This record gives sequence, C-alpha cells and structure tokens, in this order.
Amino acid sequence: MNSQASSSDTSYYLPSPSHWPIVGSAALLLLSLGATLTIHDLAGGGLLLLAGGGTLAAMLIGWFGKVIGESQNGLYNDQVDASFRWGMAWFIFSEAMFFFAFFGALFFTRVISVPDLASADNALLWPGFQAAWPTAGPGLEQVFTPMAAWGIPALNTAILLSSGATVTWAHWALKRDRRGQLNLAMALTVALGALFIAFQAHEYIEAYQHMGLTLGAGVYGATFFLLTGFHGLHVSIGTLMLLVILLRCLRGHFRPDSHFAFEAVAWYWHFVDVVWLVLFLFVYWL
Amino acid sequence: MNPSMDTPMDKPLTDPHDAGHHAAPAGLWRWLTTTNHKDIGSLYLWFAAAMFLIGGLMAMVIRAELFQPGLQVVQPDLFNQLTTLHGLIMIFGVIMPAFTGFANWQIPLMIGAPDMAFPRMNNWSFWLLPVAATFLIGSLFLPGGAVSGGWTMYPPLYLQGGISYDLTIFAIHIMGASSIMGAINIITTILNLRAPGMRMMKMPMFVWTWLITAYLLIAVMPVLAGAVTMLLADRNFGTHFFDAAGGGDPVLFQHIFWFFGHPEVYILILPAFGIVSTVIPTFARKPLFGYRSMVYATASIAILSFIVWGHHMFTVGMPAGMQLFFMYATMLIAVPTGVKVFNWVVTLWKGSISFETAMLFALAFVFLFTIGGFSGLVLAMVPVDVQLQDTYYVVAHFHYVLVTGALFSIFAGLYYWLPKWTGHMIDERWGRWHFWLSAISVNVLFFPMHFLGLAGMPRRIPDYALQFADFNRIASLGGFVFGASQILLLVVIVKCIRGGEPAPARAWDGAEGLEWTLTSPPPYHSFAKPPEVR
Amino acid sequence: MKLGRASVAAWLVSLTNASRAEYGFDLPQPQSSVAQTAYDLHVIVLWVCLIIFAVVFGAMFYALFKHRRSLGHAAHPFHESTTVEVIWTLVPILILVGLAWPATQAVLAQKDTGNPDLTVKVTGYQWKWEYDYLQEGVRYMSNIATPRAQIDNQAAKGEHYLLEVDEPLVVPVGKKVRVLLTSNDVIHAWWVPALGVKQDAIPGFIRDTWFRADGVGTFRGQCAELCGVNHAFMPIVVEVKSPDDYQTWLADKKQRLVAAQAAGASAADKTWSDAELRARGEQVYLANCAACHQPDGQGIPNVFPALGGSKVVTGPAGNHLMVVLNGRPGTAMAAFKEQLDDLELAAVVSYQRTAWGNAGGTVQPAAVKAMRQ
Ligand code: HEA
Ligand code: HEA
Ligand code: HEC
Ligand code: CUA
Ligand SMILES: [Cu+2]
Repeated sequence: MNSQASSSDTSYYLPSPSHWPIVGSAALLLLSLGATLTIHDLAGGGLLLLAGGGTLAAMLIGWFGKVIGESQNGLYNDQVDASFRWGMAWFIFSEAMFFFAFFGALFFTRVISVPDLASADNALLWPGFQAAWPTAGPGLEQVFTPMAAWGIPALNTAILLSSGATVTWAHWALKRDRRGQLNLAMALTVALGALFIAFQAHEYIEAYQHMGLTLGAGVYGATFFLLTGFHGLHVSIGTLMLLVILLRCLRGHFRPDSHFAFEAVAWYWHFVDVVWLVLFLFVYWL
Repeated sequence: MNPSMDTPMDKPLTDPHDAGHHAAPAGLWRWLTTTNHKDIGSLYLWFAAAMFLIGGLMAMVIRAELFQPGLQVVQPDLFNQLTTLHGLIMIFGVIMPAFTGFANWQIPLMIGAPDMAFPRMNNWSFWLLPVAATFLIGSLFLPGGAVSGGWTMYPPLYLQGGISYDLTIFAIHIMGASSIMGAINIITTILNLRAPGMRMMKMPMFVWTWLITAYLLIAVMPVLAGAVTMLLADRNFGTHFFDAAGGGDPVLFQHIFWFFGHPEVYILILPAFGIVSTVIPTFARKPLFGYRSMVYATASIAILSFIVWGHHMFTVGMPAGMQLFFMYATMLIAVPTGVKVFNWVVTLWKGSISFETAMLFALAFVFLFTIGGFSGLVLAMVPVDVQLQDTYYVVAHFHYVLVTGALFSIFAGLYYWLPKWTGHMIDERWGRWHFWLSAISVNVLFFPMHFLGLAGMPRRIPDYALQFADFNRIASLGGFVFGASQILLLVVIVKCIRGGEPAPARAWDGAEGLEWTLTSPPPYHSFAKPPEVR
Repeated sequence: MKLGRASVAAWLVSLTNASRAEYGFDLPQPQSSVAQTAYDLHVIVLWVCLIIFAVVFGAMFYALFKHRRSLGHAAHPFHESTTVEVIWTLVPILILVGLAWPATQAVLAQKDTGNPDLTVKVTGYQWKWEYDYLQEGVRYMSNIATPRAQIDNQAAKGEHYLLEVDEPLVVPVGKKVRVLLTSNDVIHAWWVPALGVKQDAIPGFIRDTWFRADGVGTFRGQCAELCGVNHAFMPIVVEVKSPDDYQTWLADKKQRLVAAQAAGASAADKTWSDAELRARGEQVYLANCAACHQPDGQGIPNVFPALGGSKVVTGPAGNHLMVVLNGRPGTAMAAFKEQLDDLELAAVVSYQRTAWGNAGGTVQPAAVKAMRQ
C-alpha cells in the first residue's frame, strides 16, 4: 500500500440518498403482480405489466443516467473504477451460474432420465420406449423436427463470433483514440447483434409453424426453448447496452484510459458469446 | 488483491466524497432512499426481527396443532401452508437478512472503509425484500391460500397449486436478486475497500466468513432462480422438465434445488461462525487460537458444500455409487467443521473468561451447534438416513443448527455489537434472563424431536399416531416458552436503544478490531479517511 | 413427571435395549436384516458422537470452570500451532473412515434387489396405495381405515389411530420381497420402519427396494413424502404371514377379485334401478372420493370443489363422466377409468348427481362403457 497521499486527497465517491432503488422495487412489484395476473387470465394483468415495464425503464434510464453523469463529471476515482470491475465480474459469474442450472437440466435429462425411462424396469410403465435424443418423451403424442445445427444456428455462430471481433476492434480503436473506427466498429457490433436476434426470431417462428417444435415438445422442446430463449434475452439486453455505448461514443464519451462502461458491456458481450458456443455444441449439434 | 490502491491517480477529483451529505432527507423518505451502510444495516435487522415474529408465530400455531393428536387448531391445508411459509420466512426472511444486516453494519467498520462499495445498490438489495415478503405473507389471503408444498417446492406437488404458487416463484426471484446484489456489494467492499495495510490474512474472521458466504450466494442463488423458473414454465407454459411423459424427471428438480440448497445451509452458518469467532476471543481475552486454519476450514466447507447435495435425496432411488459418493463427501465436512469447534475450545483454554450475555450465547452456540452437527453426521450415513429421511429427526437436526446455531449467533452478535451501534451498554440482567430461558426451553423444544424421528414420526403432518403424543406435548410446551422468551430480547433491544449506561469506544475490554477505535455510536460516515493498519 | 421420564429416558437412549418399545424413542425393533444393519449402524455412530462430544465438551467445561476471570485466572495468549491443527484434522478423518466402512457394506446390501422371491408393484395415489402382485395378477387398493370422526376428535381414538388400513399388503415370512415403487400423481414415499424400507414413489419412474421379514406380524408405516393435504392420512400396513397362511390368503383374494370382475362385466350389460345405483354409488363415493370431496359433498373451500350444486355435476352427464374418467390433469383430481369399473363409475356418478340436493338423472353402466371407447 504505497500511496498514502493519493488515497487521502481523493476519496471514494459516496452517493447521496437516491430514490431510484425504491422505484426499482416498485417496478418489480408491479411486474410480478402483472405477470401473475396475466398467467391466470385475471383482469388488470396487462395494465400492471405495462406500468411495471414503464417504471423499470424509467428507473434504468434515471439510475444509469445519474451514474453516467457522475462518471462524466469525474467523481469516480480509480478505486471506484476497480469496484465497478469487481462488481461486473461477479455479476457475470452469477449469470453463468444461472445458465449452469439449465445446462444441468439438459445434461441430466440426456444422460440420466431419458435412458432411465427406457430401462427394463420402466418398461412396466412405458413399454417400447427407446432412449434417443432428441425426444419428446415416452408419453406425448407430439411429433417434431429437431433444430438442425448447420442452418441458421451455424450462421448465428458466425455472426456472434464476428461481433466479438468487432467489439474488440472497437476497444482497440478506443484505446488509441481513433473515434471514427470506434464508432464504425460499435455500429457494426450493434448491427450484428440485431441480425442475430432477427435470425433467432425467424428460427422460432419456423419451429412453431412448420416443425412442431414448441415449448411443449417434451423435454427437448423445454430445454431448447429455455436455453436459447434466455440466451436470446441476454443477446437482446446486450445489444441494447451496446446501443447505449454506441450513442455515448457518438457523443464523445469515454477516454482512452477511462472507459469502464465500455469494457463492462464488452465483457458481457463476450460472455453471451461463450454461452452461445456451449449452446451450439450441446443444444444444436451433438 | 487490492489493485486500485496502488495505482497512481490519473485525473483530478473535483468533488469531495460525501456529495449529498448536507441534503440528508428526514422521516420515512430518509429510510426509503438512504445510501448509508448503517441505516441499511438497521433496516435489514428490523426487517429480520419483524419476520422472526411472523415466522415464529406460525411455528407457534404449528406447535399448538401438534400439542395433541387429532385436528384441533388448524385444518391440514392451512397447516401445510404454515409449515411451508415458516420455513421460507425463517430462512429467507430472518437468518439471511439478519446476517446481511450485520455485514452492512460491521464490514465497513471492521476493514476501515467509508461505506459499502455500491451504496445505492445496497439500498435496492434491502428494499426488494419487503416486496418479496408481501408476496409470501399476502398469499395466505388469496383464494386457495399460500404455498403448501414445503419450502423445498418439489414438483409435481408444486405444479398442482394455484395463484399463490406463481407469486411465490416471483418472490423467490426477487429475494434471489436481492441476495445476489447484496453479495456482490459485500465481496467488492471486502476486496477493494480495505484500509491500507489490512491484508487479507489480517481481516477479522467475521469478514472472512462473509467473503466466502457472499461467494456461495453468487454461485447458488442463480441456480435456485433457474430451478423455480423451470417450475414456472412447467406450471404455465406447457414444458415438461419435471414430467416423465415428456422425458423429464421430477427428481431433476431435487438435484437442482439441493445444488442450491446445501450451499445455502452453509450460507446460513458461515457468518455465524464468524460472529462466534469474534465473541469468544473477546471474552476469553485471548486471540483466536488458529486464525489461519479457521480461514482454511471455512474455505474447505464452502468448497465441499458443492458436492454433497445428494444427501437430501438418499431415498429417491439413486444408484449405490452415487449414494456412496455423497455419503463420503458429506462425512468429510465434519472435518473442517471439527477444526472450528476445536479451535474455539482451545481459544477458551487458559483464557480469562467472563460470561456476558453475548458470550453465553456464543458458548451455547458451540455446544448446541455441535449436537446439530452430530445429528447431521448420523443423517449422512445412508442406511440410517433411509430410516430417518423426512422424519422429525431431520427437523431436530436442522433446528439445532439453525436455531441454536444461526439464530443464537445472531443473538450473540446483537448483544456484542449493540453497545457499539447505540452508544449504550445492554442490560445484562435482562439479557441473562433471555439467555437462560431461551437456552433451556429450546432444548425442551427440539431435543425430543430426535426421539420422535427415531420412533417413526414423519415431518410435515398435522396429526400423528398415539405413540408420539408425549414427546410432542413436551416439545410444544418448550416451544411456547421459547417463543415467549423472545419478548425479552425485544425488551433488551428497545431499552438499549432508548438509554442505559453510555458505552465507551471499546465497549468490551477484550475486544479487538478497527470498529472499537471509533466512538460508540460511530459517526454517520465511518472512516472518512482510511485508518492505517499495521 | 412426563418431562422427567423423558429426560431420564433420553440419557439412556442407546444404553437400554429393553425399554425402547414402550417409550418409542429409538428406532423400532428391527424385523429384517436391512433394518438390523441400519439399527446397528445408528448405535455405532451414536456412540462415536457421544464419546467425541464428551471429550470436546469435557475440555470446554473444564476451561469454563477453571479459567474464568472471576477466579482471577489470567489469560495465556498462546495461539497458532500447526502440529495441533494437523492432529485434529487427521484424527477425525480416521474416525470417519472407520464409520464409512460398515456403512458402505450396508449400502451395498441395501441396494441389492436381485433374485427376489416375490415382486410387488406399489403405486402411490393421493392418498392411498395400490398393491399389484405382478406374478399373481392380484391388484387392489389400500385406504386408511381410521374414521374421520376420530381425526376430528368426535370419537375416541383407537389403538392404531392413523396407522390402520382396509386392505394391508400381505407377504410371506422369510422371502425376499422386491418392491417396485411408482406413483400416479405426486411423489410419495413408502416407508415401513420395522422392515427398514423407505423408497420414494416417483411418478413416471419405477424405483425399487427390498426386504425380507424375519418373523410374522403386522408392521405399520406412513407415507413419508409431503404429497398434499392428506399426506398425514396415508398409512401403510404390512402383514407378514407364514407361507401357508400367505397361500391361503392369496387364493382367497384371487377368488374374490375374479368374482368381482365377473360381476362387474355382467353388470355393465344390465340395466340398474336408480335406487341400486345410488346405494352402490354411495359406497364407491365414500371409498374413493370422500377423502377429498368430503362425505357431505361440500369439498374443502379453495382446495376441493363442492360437488353439491357443482356446475359439472348438475350439468350434462357426459361432461361429468368425462371428468371422472380422465381426471383434471395438473390437479389432484385423478383419472378414475383404470381404478373403477363401469358399474362403479356409473354408480358413483349417479350418486353424485342425485345426492346433496342435486337433481340430475342417473347413468347406466352401458353409457360408461360406450364413453370409454
Ligand atoms: C445451518 C444449517 C445447517 C448446517 C450447518 C448443517 C450441517 C450438516 N448437515 Fe444438515 N440440514 C439442514 C441445515 C444444516 N445442516 C437443513 C435445513 C436440512 C433439512 C432440509 C429440508 O429437508 O427441509 C438438513 C438436512 C440434512 C440432511 C438430510 C436429511 C434428510 O432429509 O434425510 C443431511 C444428511 O446427510 C444433513 C447432514 C449434515 C451434515 C453432515 C452437516 C455437517 O456440516 C455438520 C458438521 C459438524 C459436526 C460433525 C460437529 C462438529 C465436529 C466435530 C466436533 C469434529 C469431530 C466429529 C467427528 C469426527 C464425527 N443435513
Ligand atoms: C432459521 C430457521 C428456523 C427457525 C428460527 C425456526 C424456529 C422454529 N421452528 Fe422451524 N423450521 C424451519 C426453520 C426454522 N424454524 C424450516 C426450514 C422448516 C422446514 C419447513 C418445511 O418442512 O418445509 C421448519 C419446520 C418446523 C417444524 C416442522 C413442521 C412440519 O414438519 O410440519 C416445526 C414443528 O415443530 C418447527 C418449529 C419451530 C419452532 C417452535 C421454532 C421457534 O424457535 C420459533 C420461536 C420464535 C417466536 C415464537 C417468535 C418470537 C418473536 C418475538 C416475540 C419478537 C421478537 C422481537 C425481536 C427479535 C426484536 N419448525
Ligand atoms: C385426490 C383428491 C380427489 C379425489 C380422491 C377425487 N377428486 Fe374429484 N376433484 C379433485 C379436485 C382437486 C378437483 C378440482 C379440479 C380442478 O381444479 O379443475 C376435482 C373436481 C371434480 C369434479 C368437477 C367438479 C367441478 O365443479 O369442477 C368432479 C365431478 C369430481 N371431481 C368427481 C370426483 C369423483 C367422482 C371422485 C371419486 C371417484 C373424485 N372426484 C375423487 C380432487 C379429488
Ligand atoms: Cu403420500 Cu405423503
Ligand atoms: Cu445438506
């Protein structure tokens, strides 16, 4: 701990009381109530969802707006910056564990429960069931075509990988203060993210309309849609965040030596990328 | 491990640290918007106290129904709702928030930080909890009543419920988000906001245990979120995760749940270890015997906790190899936990021991937690567990580790730090009454449950066969006394807040640590300038 | 004095084998080799724990009494010793290895379900058990036999309160019985403590366990996995008979089942009077439906719908029959088409449509038969 001087004349930024958190809580209250009512076809659900979504959006804009303002005003010293880094890293770890639960479900059904259902003992209950993957299970009538890996999914892999490259390019440009390249690379990244989402949406529509592949298509459909769905949600959030970063770049935010927000979003984007690779491997391909 | 403190500054700072200090709002708005770690710590603790009252009252109804055979106080459906809510509220509403309250108050004081790393997020972590609690408790009044499938939420039973089941899933999402944000805050504070000279291996034990607990939280709360999300989908969106007809498996849920659930029980006990490791040296007037090995033991417990979850599922019919693996791994946890117990005992050895209320609770913790640990070991033996799984023996086990473990450590911590927080010494005479009444009645309450379980009484039943009547009556009586004794705690706390003998900065002569260098109560902004640690 | 008796008993818990049956604070007297190993293992692990406990807390209480400030004891601030830490890490490991050894053998024995003499498939229902002797073609339901009045404290409780059934599982003594567990709705657990078996019944999967009863007798247990409102009221009774008695019972049971089946088949072709249907229906109702919908047809608010005045029951008979045949998936309302025959179904539906102020018409078995196709 060398610099006694630097830590005493630059103190850690402590924000003043803020109403955004309580607004956020209200938003989640409304959203959960709205979702519950909607699920049960009760009146008012849609309205509450709308109100909750609006409140949440207001909160995010207000809160992040404030943080961006504070950052632009130079209130954050290096220690605050390090806090943000730790915070973001652990947040991404928590996201990884969320996906771990769903991958766990996928591996469990593929390796344990589906073979078990086809075992000699279980023939008492499900005569004639053969273990195979993909499957809609022994008791459902539903016929479906599984999603092939080498169509849109492979294309989407290429898209995400390129977007990983473009965001790295943008970072490289930012560090060298080449704003033109930065803006271009960021715009490309956002576009690739949007393209990915569009393809994914197309894939879902295909699945539902022509392939019989729905949420109800046994455990294959369940794991397929929840894994790709939550991934798609993360891509959407990531694209939105990249868009915000792009807008900030266009406004001249960030400096070559200080651009944590940019890096955080880039980390997030790489994380989403890695999840996709695992997904591609185990959900689509193998 | 502390990167920023030795990187040179690259930009001038324009604003002092306490940007909005002057404009602190008053009244309710202050508590709704506060970013101060002490305010938020107090909020957490009061919230936990309120939930303790509610969860405890539910337990009183449970014990009243079980006072004698037959149905008299509540019908089975309501009974199951009360059992389920009691479990959920005590775990997610009492123990976890109370420990987070301690973390908020103490960690910045103990490591010499000005506040938590993310003060605004800290506020949000707290204010999510009342939302979740509203869902849980409010669902009692919805058509169909609250969730009644047990706090473990096993499908397919969980798939049969009504509207409150979905509301509960959202409540768990929200509590999970709260815990994850709280944990990220705590980890970041510990890793990044230590005073100069406060190396990792110099941190107080309480800080260490919370660092590891926070890591566990971030690792497993998302897994729980995933599990209940699958429940939500199976309930409402036609998926078949837990339905054999679609190739799913009800047992899959149990695997995911307990992958969360077992680390969760250590989340509920590691901070307790931290508190006890702080209190005992103070009143033995001796340093903790094996600081290093305590740190390593805590870390080992955390690592092992990820590979033992199957011991909750010994009767689902897993292959012998899996049973053996989970049995061995579970038994192994007795080793690092033993290291902790031995270290506490040797810390007492040749000390200069005095028996303030905080110490009494800490000593009772060591003694009674070990009973709970031993019954855990008995349960870890597969052939024995097959007999005892889902009986009152398990209920006895986990109340020993949770009530005389986690809860008693919280009592010890309150008696220990309240003088620091309020500036008044506590009333030891009332405290002692609270201790002895609690310590005796809690054993009358939970010890007979071992016998009930061995003799074959299943858990989660509102009515039982006649041979279980005697011990149930004893347990209920113990329970009523234990519940009533907690009113004394409330009295002590209120008395301590309102007045009493002024507390010096170092309230206990044997106390060590940065928090005791500040006045009692400490200034609103703790360490405006980081203290020097040698 | 109860308290005194209990705490004295507590201290003697593992010491006295004699008093365990009366007080019921230990595992029940084992009646099979599996239960015996579990019992022995529990004694061993309990003793190990008690000894460690005595040593550790002997030391702690010694310190608490001798090394206190009020006696003027000054602190010796020694701390950190790697040797000591290593010792108290290794010794517990050795103890645990010693415990794990017999436990491992017990697990392997417990899991060995091969070469059974008899295989019974047990299916859990909310809230009753079905026993299916696979080789014998004998299949029947086992319901709790404790009257509701006893539960509601309106009648004196019998000796086997909550632990009695109408039709127990009957097995021969000394034979290896393999139990195949599954469930029709939610997870249950089939548990008979004295025989040392507990196995979860997982819907859609077959799980197995086994026991070999050492002596004849009646052994009682309960469902051990929370399965809904009546989880407490789902007992298990196993009657272990001598091989001869078992054969007699089996032959008799078979005969009765065949007779009932024949009666059921011919019943479907016959036309029944309203009174006959209602009388038969009431029996079926009380045996199969009253646990949920209650004997008075009023259900339990918000849990089980009232059938008196129900739109379904007072509406078209076809819909009503559909619900009973196929159940309501995702709720506790099970499909009864496999459980009841045409006459029983017709009767119970007729009964519901005419009882509790409902003014519908009766339904003939032939209608049910037609509906099944
Ligand atoms: C604070 C919470 C907490 C803690 C710390 C523990 C600690 C342990 N638990 Fe417990 N447990 C629960 C909370 C907790 N548990 C809960 C809530 C449930 C029920 C959940 C539900 O179903 O609702 C449960 C259930 C549970 C089961 C499942 C029972 C069943 O449903 O069938 C098992 C089985 O192995 C188990 C084992 C253990 C073990 C081996 C430990 C060990 O960590 C204990 C280690 C400690 C010691 C052993 C004592 C001290 C050691 C020494 C003095 C050293 C020398 C000792 C030896 C060499 C033996 N627990
Ligand atoms: C930390 C957790 C915790 C705590 C503290 C407790 C505390 C108590 N628990 Fe329980 N319990 C669980 C966790 C906990 N429990 C869990 C997880 C389950 C399993 C649920 C399931 O099966 O799904 C369970 C289940 C459970 C059962 C089994 C129910 C069943 O299987 O059907 C029983 C039965 O006796 C019981 C009893 C009690 C009693 C009498 C207390 C008493 O100690 C409570 C006494 C407290 C009071 C009466 C409140 C008094 C408070 C005040 C007066 C205010 C004080 C104010 C301040 C502190 C400021 N609990
Ligand atoms: C395990 C509990 C249980 C048993 C036993 C049971 N039911 Fe039900 N029953 C239910 C539940 C729960 C519902 C409500 C289902 C729903 O929510 O749609 C129901 C609904 C019904 C309905 C529709 C009522 C309405 O108004 O919607 C009929 C008719 C019915 N049951 C008949 C029977 C008959 C006949 C039997 C016996 C042969 C029986 N039930 C046994 C639980 C049970
Ligand atoms: Cu069936 Cu509990
Ligand atoms: Cu566990």
